[in-house]
Amino acid sequence: MAGDVEIREVAMTLHAQLPALQIVVPFMTAPLIVFFGKRETAWWLAFLSCSVSLVISYLLLMQVIGGGFISYQMGGWAPPLGIEYRIDAANGLILFLISLVATITMPFAYRSIQAEITRSHTLFYACLMLCFTGLMGMVITGDAFNVFVFLEVSSLSTYVLVAMGAERDKRALTAAFDYLILGTIGATFFVIGIGFLYMATGTLNMADLADRIQGQESSRTVRAGFAFIVVGLGLKAAMVPLHLWLPRAYTYAPSAVTVFLAATATKASIYVMLRFMFSVYQPEFVFHTNVLQILFIPLALLAMFGGSFVAVFQTDMKRMLAYSSIGQIGYMLLGIAMLNQSGVSATMVHMFNHGITKAVLFMGVGAFVLRAGSSFYDNIGGLGRKMPVTGAVIVIGGLSLIGIPGTAGFVSKWLLVQAAFENDMWPIALLIVLSSLLAVIYVWRVFEVIYLQAPNEWSEASDPPMTMLVPMIILAVACVYFGIFTDLSLGAAGTAAEALLNGSFGMAEPSLDTSALPLDVPHGAGDAGADATGGDH
Amino acid sequence: MIWDVEFILGHMNYWLFIVLMMVGFYIVVAKGNLLKKIVGLNIFQVAVFMLYISVGKITGGTAPIFPADLTGHIEYDPSILYSNPLPHVLILTAIVVGVATTSLGLALIVRIREGFDSIEEDELVEIERAMMIADNAEHGSSMGGRA
Amino acid sequence: MINHHHLILRVVTKLLVGAIILFAFYVQFHGDFSPGGGFQAGVLMAAAFIIYGLVFGLDKTQEVLPPWVVHKLSALGVLIYSGTGVWSMMLGYPFLDYGAFDPGHPSHGQHTGILAVEAGVGLTVAAVMVTIYYGFGARYPHISDEDW
Repeated sequence: MAGDVEIREVAMTLHAQLPALQIVVPFMTAPLIVFFGKRETAWWLAFLSCSVSLVISYLLLMQVIGGGFISYQMGGWAPPLGIEYRIDAANGLILFLISLVATITMPFAYRSIQAEITRSHTLFYACLMLCFTGLMGMVITGDAFNVFVFLEVSSLSTYVLVAMGAERDKRALTAAFDYLILGTIGATFFVIGIGFLYMATGTLNMADLADRIQGQESSRTVRAGFAFIVVGLGLKAAMVPLHLWLPRAYTYAPSAVTVFLAATATKASIYVMLRFMFSVYQPEFVFHTNVLQILFIPLALLAMFGGSFVAVFQTDMKRMLAYSSIGQIGYMLLGIAMLNQSGVSATMVHMFNHGITKAVLFMGVGAFVLRAGSSFYDNIGGLGRKMPVTGAVIVIGGLSLIGIPGTAGFVSKWLLVQAAFENDMWPIALLIVLSSLLAVIYVWRVFEVIYLQAPNEWSEASDPPMTMLVPMIILAVACVYFGIFTDLSLGAAGTAAEALLNGSFGMAEPSLDTSALPLDVPHGAGDAGADATGGDH
Repeated sequence: MIWDVEFILGHMNYWLFIVLMMVGFYIVVAKGNLLKKIVGLNIFQVAVFMLYISVGKITGGTAPIFPADLTGHIEYDPSILYSNPLPHVLILTAIVVGVATTSLGLALIVRIREGFDSIEEDELVEIERAMMIADNAEHGSSMGGRA
Repeated sequence: MINHHHLILRVVTKLLVGAIILFAFYVQFHGDFSPGGGFQAGVLMAAAFIIYGLVFGLDKTQEVLPPWVVHKLSALGVLIYSGTGVWSMMLGYPFLDYGAFDPGHPSHGQHTGILAVEAGVGLTVAAVMVTIYYGFGARYPHISDEDW
């Protein structure tokens, strides 16, 4: 408590401030952009702050990838009372994914947004930064109510971003409105759940919640809280019966926004769901109620087949990818429902891999929209030949979406199949493979359209400008890279899953002292970090 | 005893919360007018605010403000029972979020009204279906697909 | 011109606006010692401008407080808030640790910090409220043929 200590000799290094900077940098960029109000400055500021965030998240991930966690006290108030930022391998990986996608989307957005939006570019970038801040905040924070606040920060800015597509198609407005209604209901459900948890335990810190919830497994309040939280987050994550906002929102949003949202927004929600399921509610609780096995597996299968099946019949590539996203979220939920370590690490890896894969594909769509005006199949026919690089990138992304060996998508699906075998659920392993065949169909349709159809004679399309090409190429290379060299993604996901499932994640003893950071803090506090990094209890 | 009056009356705040929440939820789901949906959403959110605030009430508790004299010295009397201020603080944040959501929703309604010339959901659905059929007629034929 | 209508309203409003703004400042700066603070003060402050706008018209209000100023102010408030946090970080403390502003006497530091932060909150809330009012007020309703 700050008030009790008379003189505190705190001298935190920049290194120790990284967790706060991770949020503060993008958060302050948004008002700065509005304050300066210049279109060019806006883009540079946004790009700069995304890059800084990327560096910070990489540094944080490197610190926690081997296990352990970093705890940062907001305002110097010790965790059970104060708000705590807590980073371990699980959210380190997601933070890295979100900032990576944001940084790479920025150069892409520059031209794409110029082409698709005429007015209010500064406000657009400010909203994008707020959305980015909100997603990062949801992931980084260790305080349950803080999750809600950041969730709403990201949601509100997302509604605005989606509605900005109204210049091209006015249906963006109704899509944004639907998303607003459903998103608010979801967030409110989440708050109700947190309220129930608070009633039962009297605390909001996740670590503290996990402690105090033990022994209350049979409490109806705690169980109702679990239900509300899962439904609320399920709405935000587009779990299958609650997914109705997603296809329209992704279809009508500006291309750059779709790239960013598809790669990050649902992932952050799924991460929070994982955190609540396995860290706050201990795995025993989840096992005990069996809700996951009974509920999640059918829903996940429905998503995998339903989403992919609907995707096959689309005539618009953007909408097709949106439906495919619903299917891919099914794989992530299936991983959670496996309730074993490979399953959870498959979910983590799939979040990462699917994030970059979908980003590549939606960027390709953005390039088509820039050159052909829309992403309907008959408009983009043959464009793969006229835009060779874009076409190649889409092929790589598409293969990764199917899960061809050598691409990122294969790694996560392989893990998922493995997890199913570990649980002796071989029919499910079979179904995973079968649903991938559906992905083959809808991806093949895209290949056929962009390569085998005759191009429209009027189209003089060529590859998009470098600012859009370079991000696409980087992500396509990443798709292949993470399919072959899996140290970073698998390593982090493995550590994360282990920590999540053991329920430890450093949850047992919240470190009460800033000097207990496993960092090189002066005043000889470095050895205290050894306690904090001990993961297993 | 079938009707445990003590239990029912003792949980009055929860009953009210449930009723209010369901009223709001019903309006969101059942009403076609977008403005009414926003109104329902507000009622829905306010119900949750009231749930939180009623939880913070401690019987016999007073406002959690420590009286300070002119020199700034704070008298702390442990015999005084204070209400729990934390739920109020949380709800202050949630109210701000609610205001933001409402104003954003209303702004979207204004834009929808300008774009579609209607704020009735069934009419909007009708217009969008027509737009989608037009899309399909224009783009879908070559692939034999449906959107 | 409508200038000759609503005489009482206009006179009362002119008197009230000053009082409302004064009260807003009271709530803002006395929030340290009694219930109050940036949120409430900001809304009160915005109410002063909104009532002025309702009685005298939007354009008159926008002469006093142009929309672009309001936009900048709303950003400035957030910058003041987060700037306070960054300042405490620069002093080697955690983000928004008000103890940083007076290390010898943390409770004084708390006063300084909360004053700065609430100033930011008040500014942003007032500006955002006025922005919302401007946003809706500046749009002329489109009336379709059937509505005549």
